[in-house]
Amino acid sequence: MVAGLDLNLPESQKKKSALTAVEALDWFKKMSLIRRFEERAEQAYGEGKIGGFLHLYIGEEAIAVGALAALHQDDDVITHYRDHGYVLARGIDLKRVMAELYGKSTGLSKGKGGSMHMADVKRRLWGGYAVVGGHIPLAVGLALAIQYNKESRIVACFFGDGATNTGAFYTSLNIAAVWKLPLVVVVENNHYGMGTAVARASAVTDLYKKASAFNIPALQIDGNDVLAVRDAVREVVAKARSGGGPQFIEAVTYRYRGHSMGDPQRYRTKAEVEAAKASDPIMRWQERILGDGLATEADLKGILSQVEAEVNEAVRFAETSCMPEPRDMYTDVVVTE
Amino acid sequence: MAQQSYRDAIREALREEMHRDERVLIIGEEVGVWGGTYAVTRGLYQEFGDRRVKDTPIAESAIVGTAVGAAMGGLRPVAEVMTMNFTLVAMDQIVNNAAKIHYMFGGQVKVPLVIRTPAGWGQLAATHSQTFEAWFASLPGLIVVMPATPYDAKGLLKTAIRSENPVMFIEHARLYGVRGEVPDEEYILPMGVSDRKRPGQDLTIVTYSRMLHVALTAAEELSKDGIECEVIDLRTLRPLDMAPVYESVKKTHRIVVLEEDWVTCGMGAEIAARVSHDLFDELDVPVERLGQVEVPMPYAKNLEALMFPGEKEVIGKIKEMLS
Repeated sequence: MVAGLDLNLPESQKKKSALTAVEALDWFKKMSLIRRFEERAEQAYGEGKIGGFLHLYIGEEAIAVGALAALHQDDDVITHYRDHGYVLARGIDLKRVMAELYGKSTGLSKGKGGSMHMADVKRRLWGGYAVVGGHIPLAVGLALAIQYNKESRIVACFFGDGATNTGAFYTSLNIAAVWKLPLVVVVENNHYGMGTAVARASAVTDLYKKASAFNIPALQIDGNDVLAVRDAVREVVAKARSGGGPQFIEAVTYRYRGHSMGDPQRYRTKAEVEAAKASDPIMRWQERILGDGLATEADLKGILSQVEAEVNEAVRFAETSCMPEPRDMYTDVVVTE
Repeated sequence: MAQQSYRDAIREALREEMHRDERVLIIGEEVGVWGGTYAVTRGLYQEFGDRRVKDTPIAESAIVGTAVGAAMGGLRPVAEVMTMNFTLVAMDQIVNNAAKIHYMFGGQVKVPLVIRTPAGWGQLAATHSQTFEAWFASLPGLIVVMPATPYDAKGLLKTAIRSENPVMFIEHARLYGVRGEVPDEEYILPMGVSDRKRPGQDLTIVTYSRMLHVALTAAEELSKDGIECEVIDLRTLRPLDMAPVYESVKKTHRIVVLEEDWVTCGMGAEIAARVSHDLFDELDVPVERLGQVEVPMPYAKNLEALMFPGEKEVIGKIKEMLS
């Protein structure tokens, strides 16, 4: 627990969920893959191979992996600009994710979106959005389409603590609640909106309490416990799917890196960051796996070397892919009719 | 062919498209039970029910954003923003989402969305009398339509609803009662095509929306003095179809742009730049622009009346250009 906040635990977390070794190792691999992928992206950024903003998810991996594990493959996912974790957690080809960071034509968005705008619509991942809170109305619209077509899918929408202070958050969640839409929102409370601590930006610091403004049921969970995230999201997704209307989860976590690259981090101490690492989601999950006898250290080592090989291959693919052609600049401005 | 008001023609376009395509729905403030603040959607709630005609809270950002999301999810939403002034509240959704999503994700996502909103004025003062079409027309990724007649409004709205692209469909509050001929049988009109509304060889008036009617009245008056103006209605402001404008200027060698917006950075500035550049040698006199006085809209009736060029000012300017 890194937050120092009183957690409002869901029933499921108190009960201890049954867990298979396959799931346990899959989550371990995904979290490790996200972290290693981003460490390599950070390195490439330092080498000038990736430009613009690069917002790293390191330290927060349990939320994307746990939450997406609770969804069906055809459920919609829409997220903020710190989006690499979600794309990788959905199992989208990491070669194309790295290529997008490199601005290559083989990237997920053909080199037109970059780090903040990753989408794979065939996998119903509708993208990362880079205006804080600006994608929450889109999530409401996706959920309206589901309700309109009488489908049993749901929309999972992710955003940070900073977004809970925007107008889009209030107007959107209000409509979602009035229309009882199949929407699950997950707030990643990583303690800082850019460099401003939650307590300096939000009158309410237990962010799940904001859901009470819309009569939306809400939970606060440990976002660094992948199983807790999976179980909580699974529980509320079931409600949203069966007509229970929107659901709200605050997952408390901590961002190890700066807001983006080049953040001098004057707003916190190194000691604070180091202390937070004691609750590292991957480390905790590894301990749990070994403690429960779900795998051996050798199994985990094997997974990490697979991860290393996959990330190496992604970097190689990105580096050897072609840049977009100048003529590609003019495609996809509007749909040609 | 029957006479129909601009308002009824738009409503008929909505009705026909809702009958034709189950995916079409209307979202907006007071579009349902109230029947639309300008009565455009009157009766549609009773006919189609609350699944397809959705009243919303007063929250333009969420209305437009929800409509964008619904369009991404496969529906064909028509979002109504009560007046164009309120699109300012939804600007992030229009500019950063509706207009960008298709491009930004490499063409993966389509946003088949129509945002209907009226320009207009009527002693509503500074915040309720504005017209921002040139802002929208400056945005790659958006189509901007601003029809002047019932016939154009109906045919263009049907096309906008069928389009795979986001369309700003800008109506005009002071045109809703204007009547015109509308065919009984179904028809659609292409977006991105300017229309010559009156032939003439002495001078070209380029205009759109309400100002078309001012232009046509002025042209009829001038005709009595033997001056024949050609009137081009842009109808779509993005993409801009300049071909009929160029064809006309090559004949008349004189052009005035008439708009309701402030002229600074308005549509007239764009037309003037293009004509001056592309037809420099064809022009006998500089391109002229007539538009709104560059002050915020005052409330007082006499002051408001001075804000826009009327027939008299248009005639005066044209006579000056021909002298």
